[in-house]
Amino acid sequence: MKKGKKLSATNRTNYLTYLGVILAFAILQPMSAAGKLSPTMQGQLVPICAYVVMALSLNLTVGVLGELSLGHAGFMSVGAFSGAVAASALKDAIPNGGLRLAVAMVIGAVFAGIVGVLISVPVLRLNGDYLAIVTLAFGQIIKSVVENLYVGVDGRGLHFGFLKPLTNLGQGGRMILNGPMGIPNITKISSFVAGFVLVMVTLAVIFNLVNSRAGRAIMAIRDNRIAAESVGLNITKYKMMAFVTSAALAGAAGALFALGQNTIVASKFDFNTSILILVYVVLGGQGKMWGSIIAATFLTVLPETPAMRGLADYRMLVYAIVLILVMLATNNPALQSFFARFKKAGEDKTVKGGEQA
Amino acid sequence: MVKFLTFLINGVSLGSVYAIIALGYTMVYGIAKMLNFAHGDVIMVGSYMCFFAISSYHMNPVAGVLLAMVVCTLLGMVIERLAYKPLRQAPSLAVLITAIGVSYFLQNGAQLLWGSNNKMFPAFLKGDAFSFLGGELKVSVTTVVNVVVCVVVMLALTWFTGKTKMGKAMRACSEDKGAAQLMGINVDTTISMTFAIGSALAAVAGVLYMSSYPILVPTTGSMPGIKAFTAAVFGGIGSIPGALLGGLLLGVIEIFAGGYINTQLQNAIVFAVLIVVLLVKPTGLLGKQIREKV
Repeated sequence: MKKGKKLSATNRTNYLTYLGVILAFAILQPMSAAGKLSPTMQGQLVPICAYVVMALSLNLTVGVLGELSLGHAGFMSVGAFSGAVAASALKDAIPNGGLRLAVAMVIGAVFAGIVGVLISVPVLRLNGDYLAIVTLAFGQIIKSVVENLYVGVDGRGLHFGFLKPLTNLGQGGRMILNGPMGIPNITKISSFVAGFVLVMVTLAVIFNLVNSRAGRAIMAIRDNRIAAESVGLNITKYKMMAFVTSAALAGAAGALFALGQNTIVASKFDFNTSILILVYVVLGGQGKMWGSIIAATFLTVLPETPAMRGLADYRMLVYAIVLILVMLATNNPALQSFFARFKKAGEDKTVKGGEQA
Repeated sequence: MVKFLTFLINGVSLGSVYAIIALGYTMVYGIAKMLNFAHGDVIMVGSYMCFFAISSYHMNPVAGVLLAMVVCTLLGMVIERLAYKPLRQAPSLAVLITAIGVSYFLQNGAQLLWGSNNKMFPAFLKGDAFSFLGGELKVSVTTVVNVVVCVVVMLALTWFTGKTKMGKAMRACSEDKGAAQLMGINVDTTISMTFAIGSALAAVAGVLYMSSYPILVPTTGSMPGIKAFTAAVFGGIGSIPGALLGGLLLGVIEIFAGGYINTQLQNAIVFAVLIVVLLVKPTGLLGKQIREKV
């Protein structure tokens, strides 16, 4: 691509995605600061950012790498708990909330990344549904482990206990993580601004990865593993790169999410959460980052909108029906050919982009 | 020793139930190449049906189980017809998400219809436990029923897929749908039939599961569903003997892990064993090794 010429279609989409996020932030932030948003919406801002980042990072695994992951909430959990423990332990060392949040997110990302490396060793040897079930298994294992983890802090530093509560805390010590009870009394330091920054960073990381040599290698592996291997690509290396990046981003999102809540418990990040994020990715379109952002935002807000609130008990039922109908409609051959007419013939090649199952 | 045997027997009992559920997963996977995430919720619907039949309408437990089977069979066929059939050519992730949608639908529908409060499933498998080793080792009626039902179901299914016309059609469809159709097999009917059988088995499994863990809520089906799915993969998904082996092993490991190590880490240990097994045998214990062609 020569400079000064027209942008390529991919770059145009990427810049539009950045622009869209910035616009949304520019509209919502003043409204939020002026208190114009309803209390529910206000409370949803940080979770929306966290879920958007979760969806984006899962899209890297599912859409770009082409492997189904059913345990993405596990990474969120690792990031949430390590980030929240770090934030709590560093309360006196770093009094500034914003800085502490940044440190917590980095720590969450690092821990989730480490777990991602550990998991990717067995996971990436498998294919298809077997890979999916192992990610599911890891999600469950992480949940069980966190549920039995006890962390306390006193003058001598952090103390860890497994399966049984800590009894050896010194003078002035306090429990941070209390096994199945999770972390109570979290100081809320997450803000919409921080969420926005994280979304932008995530987009930058993903777009730069996808547009790089490594990203093209990852997509080549997705499209045909054997062909990619035969031209000399190191399959494990590139798969691991995508998988661990995805895990680390999910960890940062977990830390952001946790520090915007009063309490977090391990069961919050269970199989259902993993599935929920997968729904965002598939509804938004695999490999399409802007789709993930819209789907995650829309589906997080949808159950809280006045129209859905009016349905009261029926809202989750309606949600389920909407989900099924959307899947049926988007995969209906008649509708597909109807919409295909509106697409320019030149854009045909972009349609097939992420349809790897 | 007695402790070991007791755990083993309990494990086999639980494993039999997992095996029956896993059969449903594995049959559907074999033929439709999809993970039917709603299977666990069919178990839940079956359990509710049987619960109401026994406790509200005072029906004979056997009649209750039959009613649950009929309802689940119809439910399975309706789900297949409305939600999965239109997606037969769609990418597998789209089908997976639809299955998740169906699962949400059933859970929330159950919650609206029957409320979210716990219901105690009536203990209908009464009778004295069988005693062995001078009364030290007790085998409850539930255990015996679980194992017997599992064996009967296995034998019946083996006979069905091996000898009957419909069973052979099923195997043909799972091998190659296009070729099966050319041989005059009605693929739609065959797939529908597979869902019917799988769902009927889910109803049976649900009632058996409830007689061991009698608390009934709309999300009752999800955990045994996930475990049985794991069991199916463990044994090699798509393989009927694999589902039996995987189910039994999973049940035994779960009970041993709970008994000897720690009940809170029970699930973690089960899943850790699964990962180790898949590392050694990447397509499960009895799964077919599929050679990839360039």
